[in-house]
Amino acid sequence: MKFPNIDMNKLKNEGTESVTVKERRNFLKLGFAITGVYASGKILSLSSTYGVAHASEGSDFVEKYPYNPHYSMVIRQSLCIDCEKCVDACNKTNHVPEYGYRTRILTRKYEGQLDKKVEFIPVLCNHCNDAPCVRACPTKATYKDPVTGIVRMESKKCIGCKTCMLACPYDARYFSAERHAIDKCDFCWEERLSKGETQTGCSSACPTGARTFGNMTDPENIVFKLVHQLEETVWVLRPEDGTKPNVFYMKGNMESVDNILKGQKFKYSDPAKS
Amino acid sequence: MEIMVNISKRWGYHGIDALKKASPGYLMLMGSFALLALAGVSVGLHGMIVGYHHVYGVSRELSWGLLISAYVFCVVTSTGLCIISSIGHVFGGEAFMPIAKRAVFMSIIFMLGGFCIIFFDIENPFRMAIYNVISPNLSSNMWWMGTLYGAYLVFMVIEYYFLLEQNHSLSRLMGFFGLMVGIAAHSNLGAVFGMLHGRPFWYGPYLPIYFIFSAGMSGGCAILFVTTLAARINPEIMNQRMERAMKAVCQVTIFLISTIIFFTIWKIVTGMVSHDKSLVIMSMVNGDYAVNFWCFEVFLGMVLPLFLLIRSRGNNFPMIMWATGLMMIGIFFMRYDIVIPGQMVSVYHSLGVEEARDLIKYTPSFHEIMAALFGLSVICFAYFAGEKMLNGHQLEKHEIVPEGGYICPGCGAIHFMEEGETEEEAMRRHHKIW
Repeated sequence: MKFPNIDMNKLKNEGTESVTVKERRNFLKLGFAITGVYASGKILSLSSTYGVAHASEGSDFVEKYPYNPHYSMVIRQSLCIDCEKCVDACNKTNHVPEYGYRTRILTRKYEGQLDKKVEFIPVLCNHCNDAPCVRACPTKATYKDPVTGIVRMESKKCIGCKTCMLACPYDARYFSAERHAIDKCDFCWEERLSKGETQTGCSSACPTGARTFGNMTDPENIVFKLVHQLEETVWVLRPEDGTKPNVFYMKGNMESVDNILKGQKFKYSDPAKS
Repeated sequence: MEIMVNISKRWGYHGIDALKKASPGYLMLMGSFALLALAGVSVGLHGMIVGYHHVYGVSRELSWGLLISAYVFCVVTSTGLCIISSIGHVFGGEAFMPIAKRAVFMSIIFMLGGFCIIFFDIENPFRMAIYNVISPNLSSNMWWMGTLYGAYLVFMVIEYYFLLEQNHSLSRLMGFFGLMVGIAAHSNLGAVFGMLHGRPFWYGPYLPIYFIFSAGMSGGCAILFVTTLAARINPEIMNQRMERAMKAVCQVTIFLISTIIFFTIWKIVTGMVSHDKSLVIMSMVNGDYAVNFWCFEVFLGMVLPLFLLIRSRGNNFPMIMWATGLMMIGIFFMRYDIVIPGQMVSVYHSLGVEEARDLIKYTPSFHEIMAALFGLSVICFAYFAGEKMLNGHQLEKHEIVPEGGYICPGCGAIHFMEEGETEEEAMRRHHKIW
């Protein structure tokens, strides 16, 4: 078999004029997706995602959020001061026994950084779209709520085999002797949301706004705005597990968040007009 | 009463009478296992009443402890007994046939022992019976494991019945179903661990595959141990056919130990280069679990029995008994070394937070040890009772051969001739040889 002998240097330059805007965009998107996702593994996406809406990983797009209201939490890590008011509020609201917890705040220490020595990371159930606990439960005692997407418990079905505790990559579950079942965060569905409240116990107790709770299907909602922007990096915990979590994390310092919430547009060059 | 006598004659049982004739030392041994089981179940029930989280050593992050390890040990051995014995009475390997009855009996006993143990680990065992049936989650390995093991137990009991009844074709069919369901159940047990993708030490196809081979090894070891021990109790059970069977099982076990050594080497070597697993692997190589790993899992569980079984040439029974007896202890640690280390690394370890910096520690509590001993003592008690009451699982005593029956030279069981049939034809019919 013969291969055509092409001398690249002698080929005529076609120029960029003939490349359509759409093609150019697609090419850039591809590049962003590859570099963005695989470079750090944590960056949500660098290409424009307005209106396309995505799950946790940049490479894992879905057409729209599967639930409505699609409850979600955005944690602005820089604002957390470890006051533990959220933990107290959660324990009180949901009658969590002293040996258990539904949410907690982790501490990460740094050495040699100029601005901070410590960072606090609140963690809770991530209400994953692809929840490993739901797959692992033998009796469907834990399930995705078909309307809200909250991972909930039907306590009477729980046999206490604890498989879900090990399946959960976020350590969000514990066995409650009082309930005779596994207990976990339900975004305060039973105690607050189902009674008409719009905020969870922890998010309403947070004095700094580190925890913001809302509906991801509503473009006017704060969590939607915080996630669908390019200025600040948004990530999820343990993306390698592919669970499509609904708890998002960002540094979220005040200034940039203000900009986002005010709807400030950033100046990007528009290739269509150049 | 007459029916009982007939059945015991037909099945070759000695029943309670055999216990009356047993030596005081034997009865004391049985009694001590019964007492231990009683103590275990009392302590277990105490734990159930006061709440397991007060008395068990497991925690939120390391929620499967000694009890799950002991359960895995029991069901692995049970499946293994089924696998090894099926070589004979399912697939027709003649040398393996004499072990069938004892192996199937012990397989059932080990399974029941496993259920005794898991009863004290599951928080709501009574709900399980209901919601496993009316609310099954078909994507859950746990559901498949539980359901298939239930079916497995049923098949094994039916198979045992047909073995006693000398109905070879049906016992073979049930044995085949039992084997299939057992392997499906057991690989699902491996998958219960292997499909938890948040746990890198377990995740992957390794565990379901390893569990099956490991089961074969445990089964071979258990058969060798219980048979050589039975020969100590009642030397009459040992005869030429049984000696040949011991030799065959010994060879298979040597092969399977080598396989598991191969598996273990690659588990350690691949784990060392993986960031996620190396913490756990290193704790087994030279950390907290080094004694467990090197002394029990590697030395007692693999190296020593491999050496001794080869040295025994398959006919030095005291040596086989010691080798496999110690190996059973080693295998127990083998299971422990799968269950506990898989949970030692916190899920937030990779986040670099203070709370998840160290490996999670676990020490079995008194309640856990007693609940595990409950199941294990039930197994020991049933074994010793069975050896006496079931007449050493043998049938080939002339005085108990009923009218019209004869002892099959192939399998040692009693066959019945149909009218106008010769022994040869009856054997061919029983064993489906045409």
